[in-house]
Amino acid sequence: MTTEKISIPQRILKIGIISWIIVLLIWGLASLSYDEIFLPSPGETASALKALIDEGKLWEDIVASVARVLQGWIIAIVFAVPLGLIVGHFKIARWLVEPILSLFRFVPAIALTSLFLMWFGVEDESKIALIIYAAFFPIFVNTIAGVVSTDSSLVEAAGCMGASKIRVFFTVVVPSAVPNIFTGIRLGLGSAIICVVAAEMLVGNNGLGYLIQSSRMYYKTSWAFAGIVTLALIGFVADRLLQHLGIVFLKHYGVRKA
Amino acid sequence: MYIQVKNVSKSFGDFKASKDVSFEIEKGKLIGLLGPSGSGKTTILRMLAGLEKQDSGDIYINGKLVNDLPASKRGVGFVFQNYALFPYLTVYDNIAYGLKIQKKSKEFITNRVKELLDLVGLPGLEKRYPDQLSGGQKQRIALARALAPEPEVLLLDEPFAAIDAKIRQELRTWLRETIDKIGITSVFVTHDQDEAIEVADEIIITNEGRVEQVGNPADIYLNPQTPFVAQFIGKSSVIEDYGRLKGFDSLGDNTKAIIRPEFVEIIKGDEKSIYEEALVEQSIFRGNYFETLLNVNEIRLRANAPLSNGPLKAGDKINILINQIYVFDEDTTTTVTNAGLDDSTWYYI
Repeated sequence: MTTEKISIPQRILKIGIISWIIVLLIWGLASLSYDEIFLPSPGETASALKALIDEGKLWEDIVASVARVLQGWIIAIVFAVPLGLIVGHFKIARWLVEPILSLFRFVPAIALTSLFLMWFGVEDESKIALIIYAAFFPIFVNTIAGVVSTDSSLVEAAGCMGASKIRVFFTVVVPSAVPNIFTGIRLGLGSAIICVVAAEMLVGNNGLGYLIQSSRMYYKTSWAFAGIVTLALIGFVADRLLQHLGIVFLKHYGVRKA
Repeated sequence: MYIQVKNVSKSFGDFKASKDVSFEIEKGKLIGLLGPSGSGKTTILRMLAGLEKQDSGDIYINGKLVNDLPASKRGVGFVFQNYALFPYLTVYDNIAYGLKIQKKSKEFITNRVKELLDLVGLPGLEKRYPDQLSGGQKQRIALARALAPEPEVLLLDEPFAAIDAKIRQELRTWLRETIDKIGITSVFVTHDQDEAIEVADEIIITNEGRVEQVGNPADIYLNPQTPFVAQFIGKSSVIEDYGRLKGFDSLGDNTKAIIRPEFVEIIKGDEKSIYEEALVEQSIFRGNYFETLLNVNEIRLRANAPLSNGPLKAGDKINILINQIYVFDEDTTTTVTNAGLDDSTWYYI
């Protein structure tokens, strides 16, 4: 591992603060020429955010969305990782599954919304089912890739020391796939967040997607912006947290800062 | 014989990696499988380990036919060229891997790991991860891990290839000593003749999938049995029209000669009829000698000039005596001594 030496100004740039300030500046300048209903300024968005927090509405929506994301995402992990490990490990299974996979890769969760509403009802079930669908693929595909890329000399080394095929699978193949599985899980979280917002915008009565959609209908554009900012922050924090946890706990499996 | 390889052949598609390979290894010996890359030496090693299955022929280890035994049942320790340490396990868990499979007690494992770390000269590194080790350390841990389950045979694939030259030398001596200490029958693969000559009790030379010669290093160096071995071992010059050299007659149209630097003596003093006049084309100072490229009537050969002869430089004219040459055709190699040197024995006839 090489740690690049960087100066303090470079470090500040790297953290991202400067980029965010630039975005805020452009946004602020642009909003000067427009009405609040068309393009609220950063300040108006902040006060909308504050109003929503004071009302308790924002928390409700965050909790609703996050709960859906977590449920769908975790169920997706529970299914996609073991399935990916098995499919990746057995050639026959891989040959069987890969064509199906390459077909469904191009069917976005949104395209299935109305079908899922019909099959699973208008309650949370259909939204969670959509999230599972959306998060499953990146986790599944990356897990397979992780298994396939296992260093063959590690497998042989284990074999020479007397390891059975099952032991090789659990002590070599699975740990070798960890970095890819982890990448899949991170990508899956992204898909889950995108998917929950889309689902909530289409149907339902709470969640950040609903907040953004309904605000627009009431001409409360600043509320929609508040929802978008919240969404961005949640996604950013969740991904950073996940990455950090990965680096701390899975360092020796080869999970590194991307 | 502890290991017997009988008429083993192996192909990968159209590529014949091993062609009717046979050899035997005595118990406790350290064997070097030496050959250029692509000569099939690693394939032989992998077949011994059970990582590759031969198409035909038999392999016996300790009197037992092992053809159908997978690597996991052969009781063979293998050290991989890239070490193949499990990066997600500590040094302790890497070494303990095979012991856990053998269902040894925790206490036994702890003691055995400690013992092996002492053996490889890295005590106290139990908690390190492979990425916290240097190349040489990884190599030693890989050896400790391979030895942990007490294998009957130790196989090493290019054990020093990935290590810098300075440490390589040290590690060679160390490996020799360590293997002697345990007394385990070992085979290592290398493309470096110095390494094989220095470390091995016996050398098996492979070329194009075949075994060319088996013997101890000195024997192979002094009595190369095939043209390939004669050319491969030592810093040889191959000469086609050797019949033009004084004291040597051509043994046939299809023959060539090999002249090693040590066959060439650089003469100070008077010219004699058996001396050749040579022009120095290149002279490289090697510390205790000059490595020279000489031109004898447009025949180019290498010679090492001792410092006592004084410095040599390109353009110098010197006298040399070629004591002997190896003459070979497609199948055989013959050692031929300079006919002029027989003068001394002439009187006895």
